[in-house]
Amino acid sequence: MKKLLFLILLTLSNIAVFAQSGTGPEMADVFRSSGKIYVVVAIVVIILAGLAIYLFSIDRRLRKIEKEK
Amino acid sequence: MEIISQIAANFYHFLQGQMTKMWWKVGTVILLFYTIIAGFLLGVPDKYILNETIRNLYFHVPMWMAMLSVFVMSVFYSIRYLDKGLEKDDLASVECVNTGMFFYVLGLLTGMLWAKYTWGAYWSGDPKQNSAAIAFLLYCAYLVLRNSIDEEQKRAKISAIYNIFAFPIMIVLIFVIPRMTDSLHPGNGGNPAFGRYDLDGRMRAVFYPAMAGWSLLAVWIATIRYRIRLIEYKNNSLD
Repeated sequence: MKKLLFLILLTLSNIAVFAQSGTGPEMADVFRSSGKIYVVVAIVVIILAGLAIYLFSIDRRLRKIEKEK
Repeated sequence: MEIISQIAANFYHFLQGQMTKMWWKVGTVILLFYTIIAGFLLGVPDKYILNETIRNLYFHVPMWMAMLSVFVMSVFYSIRYLDKGLEKDDLASVECVNTGMFFYVLGLLTGMLWAKYTWGAYWSGDPKQNSAAIAFLLYCAYLVLRNSIDEEQKRAKISAIYNIFAFPIMIVLIFVIPRMTDSLHPGNGGNPAFGRYDLDGRMRAVFYPAMAGWSLLAVWIATIRYRIRLIEYKNNSLD
């Protein structure tokens, strides 16, 4: 477990270490600095949550029907 | 041979037993949430032409992985049908293909949109695109062939055999032929795959969970379709 946690920590550490280079191709840095990319992420998360709940409810109804058989 | 059939039998019973369980469905949803949040917000390499569309790697490629997962399962059930002759294995096989076709279309469409903004056109007659379209028709033919046969056992047997042959042909068309000619698609025709330069550690941390998450989602949908189909089948055979 300890080894696994350490492995995960090391795997994720490169995210923090990676610095954005000053010059290079144009990326969506400006867009992000205005802070609105999070709106899009939130909307996609809502959609995914809705779909997940929908799938779970279909699954539950199906299980009920299977039990009646 | 004995060992292989033993492994196959164990795998089959594992699949059947876990089908109605909750734990892997919760896992699927967690993986997908992580994929979408991290896929939008974590850092990606800066590349000309690709720019932020490099994030499509987390969404376009897993569609194909999801398709592949259910198609592999479909072949597994087809082989099992030919071995045991159980009707429900045939139903499982066809529902896996149906789900796979859904993700196939999503893969094609997302690929086309990505191509528009990186290659310049939705469809540029690239070997990868053309092969994918041909393989798509191959599976359309499977469904048409299947629906054109009325007699149940004949239908099951012929479609199982067709499915087993269609799968390797699809693999060759999509994953082998484009590699042997010039193609714009990464990983094909001398083009470096993303793994070479772009798929650094940051992208791997999102890419692999995305592959697993979307594959499991496809399997989940396939099991739901299969369970509905099974109930329909039982109702019809009672009448």
